[in-house]
Amino acid sequence: MDYVIVGAGPAGVIAAETLRRSDPAGAITLIGDEPEPPYSRMAIPYLLAEGIGEEGTHLRHGGDHYEKLKIEVRQGRVASLSPGDKSLALDGGETLSYDKLLIATGAHAVRPPIPGMDLPGVENCWTLEDARRIAAGARPGSRVVLMGAGFIGCIVLQALAARGVDLTVVEMESRMLARMMDDAGAEMIERWCKSKGVEVLTSAKVTGVEATNGGLRLIIDDAGMIDADLVVCATGVAPNLGFLEGSGVDTDLGVLVNEYLETGVAGVFAAGDVAQGPDFSTGKQAVHAIQPTASEHGRIAARNMAGHETRYRGSLSMNVLNTLGLISSSFGLWAGADGGERAVAADPERFRYLRLEFEDDVLVGALCLGLTQHVGVIRGLVQTRVRLGPWKDRLLNDPLQVMSAYLERTQGVA
Amino acid sequence: MQKSLLITADLCTSCMQCEMACSFEHEGVFNPAKSRIKVFEFEHGKRAIPYTCTQCAEAWCLHACPVEALSRNPQTGAVEVDDDVCVGCKVCTIACPFGTVNYNQDTGKVIKCDLCGGDPQCAAVCPTDAIVYVDANWTGYERMKQWAVKSDARPSA
Amino acid sequence: MGWQRKILRVNLSEGTAESEPLNMDWAFQYLGERGLATKYLWENMDPKADPVGPDNVLIFATGPLTGTMASTGGRYVVVTKGPLTGAIACSNSGGKFGAELKFAGYDLLVIHGRAPEPVYLHIVDDEVEILPAGELWGATVWHTEEALKARHQNPLLKVASIGVAGERGVRFACIINDLHRAAGRSGVGAVMGSKNLKAVAVHGTVGVRVDDPGRFMEVVRETHKLLAESDGRKELTELGTNAMIDMMQEFGGLPTRNFHEVQFDGVDKINPTAMAATTPSGHRNLITNKACFGCTIACGRIAHIDANHFTIVNRPEYRHASGGLEYETAYAFGPVVGIDDIDALTFASYLMNEHGMDPISFGGTLAAAMELYEMGVITADDTDGVALEFGNAEALTIMAEKTGKYEGFGQVLGLGSKRMCEKYGHPELFMGVKGQEFAGYDSRALQGMGLGYATSNRGACHLKHDAFAVDMEDQTGNGKARPVKRSQDKVAIIDSTGLCLFTTSAWGIKDFQKQIDAACEGDWTVERLFETGERIWNLERQFNLAAGLTAADDTLPKRLLEVPAPSGTAKGKVNELDKMLPEYYAERGWTTDGVPTQETLERLGL
Repeated sequence: MDYVIVGAGPAGVIAAETLRRSDPAGAITLIGDEPEPPYSRMAIPYLLAEGIGEEGTHLRHGGDHYEKLKIEVRQGRVASLSPGDKSLALDGGETLSYDKLLIATGAHAVRPPIPGMDLPGVENCWTLEDARRIAAGARPGSRVVLMGAGFIGCIVLQALAARGVDLTVVEMESRMLARMMDDAGAEMIERWCKSKGVEVLTSAKVTGVEATNGGLRLIIDDAGMIDADLVVCATGVAPNLGFLEGSGVDTDLGVLVNEYLETGVAGVFAAGDVAQGPDFSTGKQAVHAIQPTASEHGRIAARNMAGHETRYRGSLSMNVLNTLGLISSSFGLWAGADGGERAVAADPERFRYLRLEFEDDVLVGALCLGLTQHVGVIRGLVQTRVRLGPWKDRLLNDPLQVMSAYLERTQGVA
Repeated sequence: MQKSLLITADLCTSCMQCEMACSFEHEGVFNPAKSRIKVFEFEHGKRAIPYTCTQCAEAWCLHACPVEALSRNPQTGAVEVDDDVCVGCKVCTIACPFGTVNYNQDTGKVIKCDLCGGDPQCAAVCPTDAIVYVDANWTGYERMKQWAVKSDARPSA
Repeated sequence: MGWQRKILRVNLSEGTAESEPLNMDWAFQYLGERGLATKYLWENMDPKADPVGPDNVLIFATGPLTGTMASTGGRYVVVTKGPLTGAIACSNSGGKFGAELKFAGYDLLVIHGRAPEPVYLHIVDDEVEILPAGELWGATVWHTEEALKARHQNPLLKVASIGVAGERGVRFACIINDLHRAAGRSGVGAVMGSKNLKAVAVHGTVGVRVDDPGRFMEVVRETHKLLAESDGRKELTELGTNAMIDMMQEFGGLPTRNFHEVQFDGVDKINPTAMAATTPSGHRNLITNKACFGCTIACGRIAHIDANHFTIVNRPEYRHASGGLEYETAYAFGPVVGIDDIDALTFASYLMNEHGMDPISFGGTLAAAMELYEMGVITADDTDGVALEFGNAEALTIMAEKTGKYEGFGQVLGLGSKRMCEKYGHPELFMGVKGQEFAGYDSRALQGMGLGYATSNRGACHLKHDAFAVDMEDQTGNGKARPVKRSQDKVAIIDSTGLCLFTTSAWGIKDFQKQIDAACEGDWTVERLFETGERIWNLERQFNLAAGLTAADDTLPKRLLEVPAPSGTAKGKVNELDKMLPEYYAERGWTTDGVPTQETLERLGL
């Protein structure tokens, strides 16, 4: 059996390893398009913050890890897919045939269509190569403008701040973390950032970037201009779907896959940031570009590729973030379910916030600020759909009892 | 024979010796805030539940780690954090549906139970045998593990 | 180490909270907790100050072993000038609050002044805030603790607070931490109330280190084992402190009906056997036992009240579990007021914790009021229509609640027994010393206990010495001065470590010494510890003398000195204080007027 995995990020690597366990004899090829050993984008901010070296971003640390597992890792970019003859064409013309294919091509950074975004000194923060360029430009005291204060933007924010730069964050939306935090939580995070000396502009639209004498100048609609030595763009990412054009593999926001993570084309699977698979909370298909989903997708897709039919219950949207020392997290349907109920405990002065969302007596989503202990139980409660019974009222009254509710409802000690 | 922590909450008096032993073993300081095992109390002390990682087979934390900082110790079966590799991204803290991996803001790393390398100090000091370290097969502690399976988003086939 | 070497000083009048280095010279002289707090009190206030005025100083103090793995290392003490006694107050408590204060980085919390409006302290390590108490003023202890955890979104907060009793100056109001552990005696809660301080809420993440961790852990393993194997410890674990009630009943030292009797015929209904028995209706009072922080004994009881009992049949909010009967609560709501209804006792105990009152003083005061009532000095007109007769369980729970809420006749009871008896012209009915009511030991049966009561620096107290064994062996006043003096010094040491007195069921002074020596810098020998204990005792005495107390206050009520015990092993005996006291002063190196001689003071470096 020939397995080909396109994409050497976490989903691809975990899939390759799982395949090896499931099928000791199969041939496994892992194709990545960057000239690096498989690495984790999630670790890049910590590289920038100088907490780790480049090796610290690598997904696996043994030098011969892939050799030992007989996983062929090769660099290349896939140009097109021909499901009819089960083959791939690489840039440069080479073709590869497969019996089972996993599309784990991830995503790429997207820059807004603004004049001047292509100037030198405007960088994405997505690849290791991006990180090297940012590291070269972001020195203590450098004037750095970060465009975008979403989840990735906020992680990058932390890293840039750690480098001691003079940092300004420009966000087009009316709040930071528009897709991970509600108004109340975002307000606290923004205020927290400002209190730590980071300039934050929300509802601020960059209309152009110009080169100046030895630097850059951002034109902000309504707010004038900001001079910068470096502009880091974290305004969004999009799945890498281009090579699928004309292949017959259905795509929407990402590659559409069923609960076995298989596409409509037999033998072709997708996993990770590129996949639009079952969403645990809604039952619909969604792109959840997060590490736990990549890891689960990789394992489950691989099991199905190897013939061990394994159904996926769906990915749970969740994030955890450290913004200059303020820890926040979000789970599932944090904005609430139709007809559901909500419990909120907020202490804005101390940057503490907990919001729980219920559907009937089941926890379906949550937002947390300033909570670092036992936060995983929220996933546990959401994912197992444990009925909270009498604890629901107690939680409506005092959401902080969530750990107690969890222990009593799941550990059989009520 | 691999051993596991067997926790019998009914025997717990919430004396916190386990939390102190844990923090002393791992941090060299008596500091429940840094303990890998936590005792939770209910209803004016009517019940107390010592709670820590079960070293579950699913190892959600391990699989979610983007940099391979978590690995299973083949001798003890414990999933351990390699501090030199952990970048502090905290993904494991939200991935673990038991909430037993916690972020330590002082070090910027995560902490979890590592069974003290095979001699768990919580069990060693527990005065009431609410926490004991016994052969995994007869712990009856399968309860938690079964729950882990139920909550699994992975293989059900 | 052992010490955090840091204290937190709060001035409520000025709204300031600042940390400062612990005075290590004093730490080496006074060890910690009770000793060190006494030194800080002495150096920081005029002993003549009004106990409920802004010039009184309120100190929460941990010991060097608080927050360590030494068994029972969760104790803290509240030291201040007591409003019940006018003497130095020193109230020891367990639970988890003390260790948490230590974990936040502080050996002592020293509180000066008086807040202009009700406030509470919120302490998370170095972050200290004085915050408005707002609607918490007037709330119960239980509500306050819950509300503060919710307000600060921190279930890990440990809270010490007062109820209305403390706010309104009930003379025996206490400070409750962790819902049912109490810095119980001498009215320290009223001092807190007088400062407009509702609560101290603390969360600590700094931790505690010891000087020689290797040796300390070795000693801890030994001392844990000693406790684990001790029969005394096993009895405390299995039966709780109320095991004492059967012993005192048998011995004839169980004060009954305001000390008219020394044995109580209802003991079988309120003893540990009764607590653990299932009633015909299927109720069992005792649920489980519970430990304070670090304690491998776990003498605490968790109980609940029969849902059909008259006290709570219409009050479902009290159906939950909470702290159950200790010996002193069983005594103070049982024999001394002649009541044997275990659920009523348990409910009264709940009320003490919920409203923040000392059960010993409340029970002692109620006993005197019952005697006044039976004498006809007071009538139902005075007592809001309640028949204050010995044995009336409903009177107990009604009055407990009235006092807790400072309503009606509860305001009179809130004066404490001495002031109440004086008010009604019968000071002889007050059963206590220096204004503080006796614990559950009759000093006609336990002679040394009488001397201990008379000379305790905080007024009548059973916990400031430990000459029990000597008292049981010989029921005369002969040779009691020396063991009482020596055990007072020993207890002063133990109270200064952060450990619990109940470990003495298994540990000798040497076992304490080893733990202190391993945890603390310096060479802590047994001799040095005894000298430290004696120094502490004498400094407390100095405080009291400066506050205006004299040898005349080292006495017992006539009922114990002149009326012979009616039954039991001491039948026909009175307390021989007149013989013991002069010997005791001599042992102490005090003048015949009970004043430390210059030589004594110099020897102790005072």
